[in-house]
Amino acid sequence: MQVFGAILTQLLHLLLMLAAAPLLLGVTRWLKARLMGRRGASPLQPLRDLDKLLRKRPVLAENASIVSEAAPYVAFAACLLAAALVPSFSHGMAFAPFADLILLAGLLALARMALALAGMDVGTAFGGLGAAREMSFAAFAEPALLLSVLNFTILAGNTNLDLIAATFRDGALGLRVSLGLAAMAMLAVAIAENGRIPVDNPSTHLELTMVHEAMLLESSGRHLALWDYGAALRLTLWLSLIAAIFVPFGAAPAGSGPLAWAIGLLAWLLKMGVLCLALAWFESAIAKMRVFRVPEFLGAALLLALLGAALLFVSTGLA
Amino acid sequence: MLTLFALCLWVLVLLAAVAVPLGRHARAGLVLHAGCLIASLGFVAVALGVLLTGEPVESQPLPFGPPWAPTRLGLDGLSAWFLLLLGIAGSAASLFAMDDGASGHPLPPRALPPFPLFLAGMALTLAATDAFLLLFGFELMSLASWALVAAEHERPENRAAARLYLGFAVLAGACLVPAFGLLAGSAGALDFAAMRAAPPEGWRAAAVLLLGLLGAGAKAGLVPLHAWLPLAHPAAPSHVSALMSGAMTKIALYVLARLLLDLCGPAQPSWWGVPLLVLGAASALLGALRANLEDDAKTLLACSTIENVGLITIGLGLALAFRGADLGPLAALAAGAALLHALNHGVFKTGLFLMAGAVLHGAGSRRLDRLGGLIHAMPVTALAALIGVAAAASLPPLSGFASEWLLLQALLAGWRVSDIGFQVLAAAGAAVAAMAAALAAAAMLRFFGLVFLGRPRSPRGAGAREAPIFERAALLLPAGLTVLLGLFPGFVLGLAAPALQGLVGPVIRVPARGTWLAAGEGATGYAPLVIALLLALLLGITWMLVRRRSPAATARGPVWNCGFVEPPPHLPFGDPLTQPGAAGIAQPLRRMLGESLLRAGETVDMPAPGETRPGHYAAGFTDPSGPLLLAPVARLRDRIAAEADRLRHLTIRRCLSLSFATLVGLLALLAWLEAR
Repeated sequence: MQVFGAILTQLLHLLLMLAAAPLLLGVTRWLKARLMGRRGASPLQPLRDLDKLLRKRPVLAENASIVSEAAPYVAFAACLLAAALVPSFSHGMAFAPFADLILLAGLLALARMALALAGMDVGTAFGGLGAAREMSFAAFAEPALLLSVLNFTILAGNTNLDLIAATFRDGALGLRVSLGLAAMAMLAVAIAENGRIPVDNPSTHLELTMVHEAMLLESSGRHLALWDYGAALRLTLWLSLIAAIFVPFGAAPAGSGPLAWAIGLLAWLLKMGVLCLALAWFESAIAKMRVFRVPEFLGAALLLALLGAALLFVSTGLA
Repeated sequence: MLTLFALCLWVLVLLAAVAVPLGRHARAGLVLHAGCLIASLGFVAVALGVLLTGEPVESQPLPFGPPWAPTRLGLDGLSAWFLLLLGIAGSAASLFAMDDGASGHPLPPRALPPFPLFLAGMALTLAATDAFLLLFGFELMSLASWALVAAEHERPENRAAARLYLGFAVLAGACLVPAFGLLAGSAGALDFAAMRAAPPEGWRAAAVLLLGLLGAGAKAGLVPLHAWLPLAHPAAPSHVSALMSGAMTKIALYVLARLLLDLCGPAQPSWWGVPLLVLGAASALLGALRANLEDDAKTLLACSTIENVGLITIGLGLALAFRGADLGPLAALAAGAALLHALNHGVFKTGLFLMAGAVLHGAGSRRLDRLGGLIHAMPVTALAALIGVAAAASLPPLSGFASEWLLLQALLAGWRVSDIGFQVLAAAGAAVAAMAAALAAAAMLRFFGLVFLGRPRSPRGAGAREAPIFERAALLLPAGLTVLLGLFPGFVLGLAAPALQGLVGPVIRVPARGTWLAAGEGATGYAPLVIALLLALLLGITWMLVRRRSPAATARGPVWNCGFVEPPPHLPFGDPLTQPGAAGIAQPLRRMLGESLLRAGETVDMPAPGETRPGHYAAGFTDPSGPLLLAPVARLRDRIAAEADRLRHLTIRRCLSLSFATLVGLLALLAWLEAR
């Protein structure tokens, strides 16, 4: 039962992620539009877009190489694997032993590299510009992420996501200032990694301000669908990751049966809804910042995480 | 086993001797490098033999060396591990150089004899069981590689690089000789076993630490003694720069590890790790950032070597600190990360430098601004480069990520040393290591994107052709090994168990479970094989499903580029101005980090409206080691030279009295020493 449950929940989780990713994106866009006083497109719109794009064949530039053909699949597979590692409605799934936070960062870096390579493949101005900016942001986001991981490691003794969530679920740790600081750092990193406002504007139409979209200007058809789907998966995975670490309550053990899973699913949907609302509110309330201000934004996240770790050093030193 | 090793050494020495008379023969390069290839494969076999049995081997005393201390050849786990790396890097480099004539860029005859000597010097350094042989091999390696750096001395920048390189090599020797002298003590016991029996204490230990760091650090390219590396590596022929970057810097790190972790004994305090940690972190950051700003392919790779040397040094420093704090398993974790990263980096960086050589031969340039779009003309080279680049950018499931994962795990465990200063330092080190990894990814993307993707940037680059057969084989060998090392890091680390014992004492267990890497008992693990299989599975399923939904093949059309107008017919590769160049891709990081860390700057010389002269854009940076280290040293040298010059103007009377006074002084010193 245990093994069967683990495998079944893993498959269900994968399907849930695939289904929820476009919906989450749509809900966020709709909420944002409502908050800004517009009617907004239906939350199902991303699904319709994907469905349409997936049926179309891509048009590539004459000098595009195999990189343009292969990169969308590689990036999507990496995002999907990363999403499969982050627990949603259940914990102790089949891939739980591999759900290492550093590996997660590595898989996201693989997807990012594939995207940047595709952006540089035909040698257009905006592709190279976007690739250079995306990689530069990562140079500030990764240290902040790793220092947040350091906070979890000190508290849980591990970098495995499932074990960290289990430790935090026990509640023996109580409320920690360090965890709050790490949560703020993780949120900043999540915003930067997903190219949301204020770091990047996902719905911009001005090429000069694009980062993520600038690399996609040459892709079309099913390739564009894969890129968009991958980006939606990444947003879902980050929201799910933050929920799994900081509010790990409600997730059902893998072997517990369908009723507990349904409760876990409801809890997960609730968490996602709250996070989407918060994201939409934050994006409506703030303006996009200049590209060269982003290091300050992420540097602040880095310092917060370092402060959290330092507080933990002091408190464990006294104990 | 040592017989085979000694045979390989003899083959190399004989090849060097034969290369002198036969150097001008047309096929001399082919024969000589084939011999080097066989000797390198012999090294691999010997190293694997020692690592698999796990027993150190030692020879009879050699008829060679100082009269009071017989020298022996010997290999233990640590030296066998580095010998394995040397053999792999040497094989690939020799294989590459066998195409010497075919690539249309024959090596000058003077570059032939030092190459086997370079290999022999490195092997001798590793097989030394006493200080004399180690220093002999080390200096042979330095001298032979200097001759290779100076091989193409027609160009003034190569001459300057060779001079600087020689200066740093002399500094390394001048620091390592007294370091081993302090370890040998007054009895003059040069044997490693005797040194281990009497570990240094007090000021002596501190002096050994300082001199070892200076000596080995200068050869490995640790900040602040890294100034020679980005100059000397590009100056040498490509297969030599591959060997210098892949193997020679690791030999220097081997000397550092042997000196500080092995010969100084296990009882050294925990703070010994701190200088290594700080210097390693500084090197990692500076090297990775500079790699993002350089516009010469080989210089870029050399800067990335500085970064990786820094990461390995962080691992060694953590191992020292954990060992000093009695945290045996964590010390094994950190030392395992350092050893694994040394091997992984040695393999993929050898491949990348050889790839830069193949690009130089095929497309005629090393400058990123003259290359582009080579993936169409050189597909095999591009494939090998992509694997190497992905490993250098530490992407799973390749080898670079495996060792980086271990290193980050060791850094994240730094808080277990119960000293708050060290804890904060380890946390900062973790942030710097993560930043260096991300910067390396950015540098590698820039490198691959500018060289292989996009459109050609020069007519010569547009007429590039694929590398010849041996060069292709030499590129695919490290690329294949990079994949294998990435998929089976657990086995590889299991092989390193004897080497780990040499570094951190009897190991409780190697941080690996089968093909997995494991951070400790019950802790998290990294299973690259499973991850790679899952990735392949998801990739296959995605591809199948997507293609079932839209079976039409991709169509080709003119580039969209946001509706940019078609280039005029006199620009066959499109408008060069619409393609980002090396300076453009570097711009975000130059402004975000370069301005504060490297005093980077940009100047734009824009003509006034109506003027017809072209505008100029220039971007540059200053490595802090230039104004802070090299310039004062150069001033000091000039002042000393000016002072010494005054001796020439002394009268004959003063000259004679000066020599007489020197003689008397030396005799007095001798008498005082005898009397003690």
